[in-house]
Formats: sequence, C-alpha cells, structure tokens
Amino acid sequence: MRVDEHPILDFKHKEKIAFSYNGKKMFGYVGDTIAAALVDNGVMQFSKSVIHERPRGFYCAIGNCGSCNMTVNGIENVKTCLTLLEENMIVESDKAEVIIND
Amino acid sequence: MIEKELVIIGGGPAGLSAAKVASEAGMKVALFERSFSLGGQLIKQTHKFFGSESQYARVRGIEIADILINETRKHDVEIFLNATVVGLYKDNIITVYQDEKYFKVKAKAIIIATGASEKFLAFENNDLPGIYGAGAVQTLMNIHGVLPGKEVVMVGSGNIGLIVSYQLIQAGVKVKALVEAAGHIGGYLVHASKLRRLGVDIITNTTVKRAVGNGKLERIVTVKLDDKWQEIEGSEEVIECDALCISVGLSPLHQLLSMGNANMLYVNELGGLVPIKTCDYETSIPHVYACGDVTGIEEASSAMVEGKIAGLMAAKHLGFIHPNYDSLEAELNQQLCVLRQGPCGEKIRCGLKKVGEIYD
Amino acid sequence: MIEKTGAATIELVKSKFPDKHVLVRPKAIIECYKEIPCNPCETSCPFDAIYIGSDINQIPRIDFNKCTGCGICAQACPGLAIMVAMIKDGKAYFKIPYELLPLPIVGERWSAANRYGDVLDKPCLIENVKKTKDRTTIVTVSIEQPYLYEFATIGSKL
Repeated sequence: MRVDEHPILDFKHKEKIAFSYNGKKMFGYVGDTIAAALVDNGVMQFSKSVIHERPRGFYCAIGNCGSCNMTVNGIENVKTCLTLLEENMIVESDKAEVIIND
Repeated sequence: MIEKELVIIGGGPAGLSAAKVASEAGMKVALFERSFSLGGQLIKQTHKFFGSESQYARVRGIEIADILINETRKHDVEIFLNATVVGLYKDNIITVYQDEKYFKVKAKAIIIATGASEKFLAFENNDLPGIYGAGAVQTLMNIHGVLPGKEVVMVGSGNIGLIVSYQLIQAGVKVKALVEAAGHIGGYLVHASKLRRLGVDIITNTTVKRAVGNGKLERIVTVKLDDKWQEIEGSEEVIECDALCISVGLSPLHQLLSMGNANMLYVNELGGLVPIKTCDYETSIPHVYACGDVTGIEEASSAMVEGKIAGLMAAKHLGFIHPNYDSLEAELNQQLCVLRQGPCGEKIRCGLKKVGEIYD
Repeated sequence: MIEKTGAATIELVKSKFPDKHVLVRPKAIIECYKEIPCNPCETSCPFDAIYIGSDINQIPRIDFNKCTGCGICAQACPGLAIMVAMIKDGKAYFKIPYELLPLPIVGERWSAANRYGDVLDKPCLIENVKKTKDRTTIVTVSIEQPYLYEFATIGSKL
C-alpha cells in the first residue's frame, strides 16, 4: 500500500522494478529498500525466531534489530531494511543454519 | 591499513555537524555511515523543528538534512556509505564492513555519533508481525511512501509517538488511539493538541497487555494501570488494528564505545549506557570523542550543537584551531544551555549531572 | 487536564484571547501552554508583537496593540498552535494553519471541530485558502460567533 498524495512530501513517480521473493515475482520501485518493497507487497513475515520459530516482522528499519535479515542473491543475513532493491534481485527468507551452543 | 586524520562514525545531525566544523578548522574528515544515505533520522522528519534560528527552527527536518549534507559536500568530506563500523580498537583503529568486505582504518581522532535505537516493550506476543517501532513506520511512510497498515494504535506519548501519529494521519492512515502508561502526556502539549483536535483519543494510565493475531497483528488488548503502575483487573479493552507502533523511548547506541572500553555509566535519564566525557566531549579513550544521542537522548537540535562542539574540540586537540574558535565555543555552549534550560530540559540536566556536566 | 487529554479547557483557551471588543480586528491567539525551547513566533513577527526573550523556553507573550493579525506567526509556529481570530457581523473568523489533504476550496462548507476533536453543531464556511511555499496552508473560515472559543479546526467537507 502506497501513499496516494501527501500534504508535505512529493513521492515522484519512480521506475518500477521486478524482483522475486521466495520464488514469487513481485514489483517495487527504484529507491525502495528491499524491506519497504516487501511491506508494500503485503509481506508481513520477514524471518523466524531461532528456537521457537515465531514469525518476525519488520521492526526498526535502521539496521539494529535483525528481524528483517534475509538471503539476497545467495548472500545470507542481509539487512533488507538498509539494502536498496535492484532489478531481478532474488530475495529469500534466511536459510542460514543456526547453531546453538547450550 | 588506511590512515585518516579525523574519522566520524555516523552521518546523522551530530556527525554531519561535527564534519562541517572540523573541516572548517582545516581537518581532513572521513565519515562512515551504515545506511545508503546521509542525514540519519532527519530524512524522515516532515515536521518543522523547534528551537531557535541557529538550530534551524521552523525548517522541516527533511530540509535540515539537505542543508547539512550540502555543507559536507562543500567541505570535501570523504563519505563512506553502506559502511558499518563494527569495531573500535586501541590506538584509534576501527574496522569497517562495506560491500561484504572488512577493512581497517587508523585515525588521529575519532568522533562517535552513532545515535540511538528504539526501545522495546514487554507484553504477550510483542513480536507479532505488524508491531513496529514508531521510527520504523516513519521510515516506511515518509521515505518510501509505503503504509504500515490501515488502522494503527500508538504506544507512548513522547514527542516521537505524538509526531509519528500525526504523520500517519497526514499519510492517510487512521490512528485509532494513543496509549500512555504514565498519568500525563510525555511530549510537547502542542503536538498532543494537534492530534486531539483531529479526534485521536489519548488514553493515559494505560498500556498494552497483549497482542492477538494469527501470524500477524489483528487486535490488541489494553489494560489500565494504577498509580503504582500495576494492572487494574477487569479494565482490559480490545482495539482492532493491523499495526501497532511502539514509541517508548530511545537508548544510546553505545556498543562501539563499550567495545573500546570507554568509561561508561548507566543513566536512566539519558536513556541507557553513556560515556563519561570531558567538557571537550572526549571520552576516557584519548582522541575518541562522542556527541549526539549516543551520549544521552535529546532532540536533534541539541545533537547538531553537540556535533559542532565535538568537531571544534577534536580539531583543536590536534592543533587545528577553527578561525572563529573563541566565539563559536562560547556561542555553542550557550545554545545548549538555552535548549536545556526549561522544564523540558529537566530530565537531561539531571542525567548530565550524573556524568559530571552541570547545567544550572 | 490538558496534560492528560491534549485538549485545552475553555478557561485556558479564554486566557489566550483578548477581550471581545479587541477582536473587531484580527488578532493572533497563541495556544502555547507549556514551556518548550522554541521561538519562531517571536522572530517571525514583523511588528515585534510577540515576546519570548533570550530564554527561548518562556511562554510567548503577545501585545494585542501591536498585533495586526497578519498570520505570519501562525504559519511559522512548528507546533501549529497559533490561529488568528476576529469577530465581524456576528461571525467569528479564523485563520488556521493546515497540513492535511484534501485542502478545502473557497465557498465549501466543512464540519468544524473543537479541541477534543468533537464535531460542532454548526458548520463553517471556507473563506480563503492560501497555499504557501513551506507547505503550511493558511485556511480562513467563518462560523457563528458563539463558537468563538470552541472552534479549533476544520473536519471534513459537507
């Protein structure tokens, strides 16, 4: 969902770009972070908690919380809130194996 | 190893202001910013700023960001974007992570202006997708033009909670309520009045008891609190909403300073762990300075002034005396005094006293 | 109670208004009830009618003799806390700062709201809409005079 019109800001019409999320084709705009494009496409769950696998959404948007980490073009643990979307990016929920030492 | 004269960590209001003044004093400045753009959180502040003219009062935060960024361009500050500083070591060495590579930088002086992060709140299901930091929602809607939901509840009535609620309405989102655990509004009353006259219910002595939803937020349950902050049984109420914004304060991003073994103190009034610093803003690590929210949570107006002082002092200690050193030093300290003088500054004055700074 | 609700009581509101006979000319009503570090109202006033002083935390004081009701302070105030009020022919006229969309159009009737956000019984008429470069639009409205101390903002188009 995008802002239609805004009393203070001008959201200039930007170029549409395609990317894939867990194999599904989606669209975002030049200048979007991956996370912003995903929220716009209705994606709410960004990752899962390590032990209980609870769904985690987008939380801080400035690179602190780690909730939005995903695998992007094969690279794991990418902060999608700080990474700009690029044409044909392959975005996947993180598959990094987590090793917990008790 | 790369060598630099002055390294500034963080490209928000404090870091950019420090870069400007240190450059004017004749230093070569390298600024490291983990995001893809400069400006820090200013780039999503669509409201006009408070303060006085010297802190750009009545100019919108987004425009202040442009002004500060242009200054760094004018002064030839070397900018590293998408560059996260992940380590601070002895002898003023930092490790930077950029483009999936790590590299080390050695500096004659370092200014840490890392800012702050949003605090979280403990309640059942507080990790449900749809629960956001208020600042995250501001990023989403004011930078990217993406809306977090259709019906939002805000938790916390500090300035961020009040301002973001108003900005949600400006972006076309319904704000169903603003809940505040304390018995009174925390932020500026003028911000609260703006919301109230648009019909937003500001509910004090109330907090979120639990979030409910299947895989994503569908509703919240609020509960009233008594004078001792205890839940009042039977006072639960359900509010349907698809987004919840948490705005319960910020805490300084102290990690680099802690890693560098700087003398730190936990000061509740300043938001968390802060460095003990001299009146020249130098931490206990020689030639490592700190300014802005990382030294205590305040408004961006103060962060800009602090940044200028840190830039002035870091330069002076290495023999770079700003052409207007004397007048600037006096004027900047006076500006901070004034910004912290009134009742709104009481908390910060109290906090700064604990780390040895007196504002009375 | 404003600290709890965000809405000023009628008594507080009245404390910021001059006597009614003064309002035959437009005057700025500065609804700044708490000391905050801020002074654009003072520095923007071309007539030196608003005084805060060197401690910018002081609550602004206005000299209604000097105020011309020009509305420059209403546009400058970062808290959108200033409006200009005037009484003429049994109607109260207000200039308010407005930062929402859609913008009203001259001649339209809009609902009016009080400081609690409650819709008033009578609507208001949009008299003038002045768009500005800094994106704070100044909207002039008129409403029946009894709503002088109640009117706070416009709601939606009727």
